[in-house]
Amino acid sequence: MEFSFDLLLEATVFGILLGCFYAAVSIGLSVSFGLLDVPHVAHPAIMVLGAYCTYVLVQYGFDPIVAGIVLMPAFFLLGMGVYRFYYEAFEKRGSDAGVRGIAFFFGLALIIEVGLILAFGVDQRTVEAAYIGESIDLGEMRIPLRFLVAFGVALVLMTGLTLYLSKTFTGRAIKAVAQDEPALRLMGADPVRIKQWAFGIATGVTALAGALLIIIGPVEPGLDRVYIGRTFSVVVLAGLGSMTGTIAAGLILGISESIVLMHFGASWAPAVAFGLLLIVLGIRPQGLFGR
Amino acid sequence: MRFWVSAGLVFSLAVIAAAILKNEYYFFAGYTVLTYVVLATAWNILGGYAGYVNFGTPAFFGLGAYAAAVLFKATEAPLLFQIIAAAAMSGLLGFAAGLLTLRLRGIFFAIATIALVVIMETLFINWRYAGGATGLQLLRPAPVAPFESYIKMLFVVMALIAVASVAIARYIETSWIGRGLRAIRDSEEAAECSGVPTLKLKVFACSISGALMGAAGAPMPMYLSFIEPASTFNLNYAIGALASPMIGGMTHYIGPVIGAILLSTIQQVVTVTISGEMNVLVVGVLLVVFVVAAPEGILGLFRKKFSAGRK
Repeated sequence: MEFSFDLLLEATVFGILLGCFYAAVSIGLSVSFGLLDVPHVAHPAIMVLGAYCTYVLVQYGFDPIVAGIVLMPAFFLLGMGVYRFYYEAFEKRGSDAGVRGIAFFFGLALIIEVGLILAFGVDQRTVEAAYIGESIDLGEMRIPLRFLVAFGVALVLMTGLTLYLSKTFTGRAIKAVAQDEPALRLMGADPVRIKQWAFGIATGVTALAGALLIIIGPVEPGLDRVYIGRTFSVVVLAGLGSMTGTIAAGLILGISESIVLMHFGASWAPAVAFGLLLIVLGIRPQGLFGR
Repeated sequence: MRFWVSAGLVFSLAVIAAAILKNEYYFFAGYTVLTYVVLATAWNILGGYAGYVNFGTPAFFGLGAYAAAVLFKATEAPLLFQIIAAAAMSGLLGFAAGLLTLRLRGIFFAIATIALVVIMETLFINWRYAGGATGLQLLRPAPVAPFESYIKMLFVVMALIAVASVAIARYIETSWIGRGLRAIRDSEEAAECSGVPTLKLKVFACSISGALMGAAGAPMPMYLSFIEPASTFNLNYAIGALASPMIGGMTHYIGPVIGAILLSTIQQVVTVTISGEMNVLVVGVLLVVFVVAAPEGILGLFRKKFSAGRK
């Protein structure tokens, strides 16, 4: 195959846009799995649910991004409920929570997926907005505007969440829970309430990620299976719970995926995330910015 | 002794059914149920005894199916050799995957096994000889002497594989291997400190489990006369293999068998009477209900009832 610098440059630019999007869809998992140690296999399914809720709101005349923001409080409550249930059913009982906890979230993902199939069918869904379908030319490259919009929203979302976790009192409490739960309990704080709040935030952010998902491209109920690999590989590569790491890892995945896509074809692209994940797990399980 | 008598009884029942029943639908359905019995039993060797959640069932199952299909395409080898080749390939995959990933714990291992599925699927999509993404048509040979139809023969073969895999699971459970695996589930550090060769045992369990899953996949290309990556490496196999032991009970070898028979029979009925989507929903709901309300599965419910009766 002939090596072309232009193609590589285009792949890189595209990869950066895609990578920021990947970081945005993974950041909720970075909180729920990375910080709280919840084996949240249903994260991508909840994101796809968010995409479908966005789709419904767009039918009522909302802009997709506004719809995503409107959905955040509802998903926040949903997340609090899911965590409460998980806590009462598994974490509180303690013994052997690992196997059953994973099975629980796996079952939840299935229920969401099939629920969406029953409600909307297996067809792909897309949304309409002024910036979808347009593209801008940069020299030789054509960059679809929807990628730029998603890129911008993703940046705002990630900056906001990073600032929230490092500057506010609750945000720091969430990080404290991740570091040393018994110590927090000794300080007189209730770790379960903080974790519930944090899981709510993680799920709320996932609603907006779902809106980005349907802006980027068509959505179908089975899409969560693809994103299990992408989101978990970003979070593991980042080093559990590291926000800076999540962005870096998203970029690495985005760029490698788009280079593979352009040089070897679309049929190899799905394996990139998982290949990367296996390599990281084998060589450096604590990730790039591990604790 | 009691085990071998009942195993023999079940198997002869399958043979008698094949000799008497005329409606071929029962054998199509029965074949699927038996496949899940093998998958669930195999899953439980690593998942139930050692506590390692494996989402990679489709990778082992699919590799077995493809090994059989490719061998058949290349040499027209008979079914027995296809099954042996499939078990060997998937066992090797289990060995390799075990060495690479079994140092990981909990969810990390689970995610790594999903990775295995996607990587295997991608490899076979890109392998032209095996049909690529469009798949491979296979011409079924004539059934071997005593059987009048190929599907009945596959049914009896699968019954044999099922009995064999339950026997293997039973052997592992009652021998020192099973004790070692249970020690790993309860506390890996404590097991390692007491001299249990944890990594060796885990890799062994992963290889055996993989080989059995491969054997379960081997007759599938002949069953469908067709093989294609998307449905062969479908995560639904992982769901069935994981949900059955969870529902039946993971501590005894009969648990996965009960779970698999119950679950896949319900699935068959729901698929025929309502729809294919509903059957996945049923599995999801049952899985969640059981892990929350009956963590020990159906076996646990029975055990509770009997011990309450004794008091």
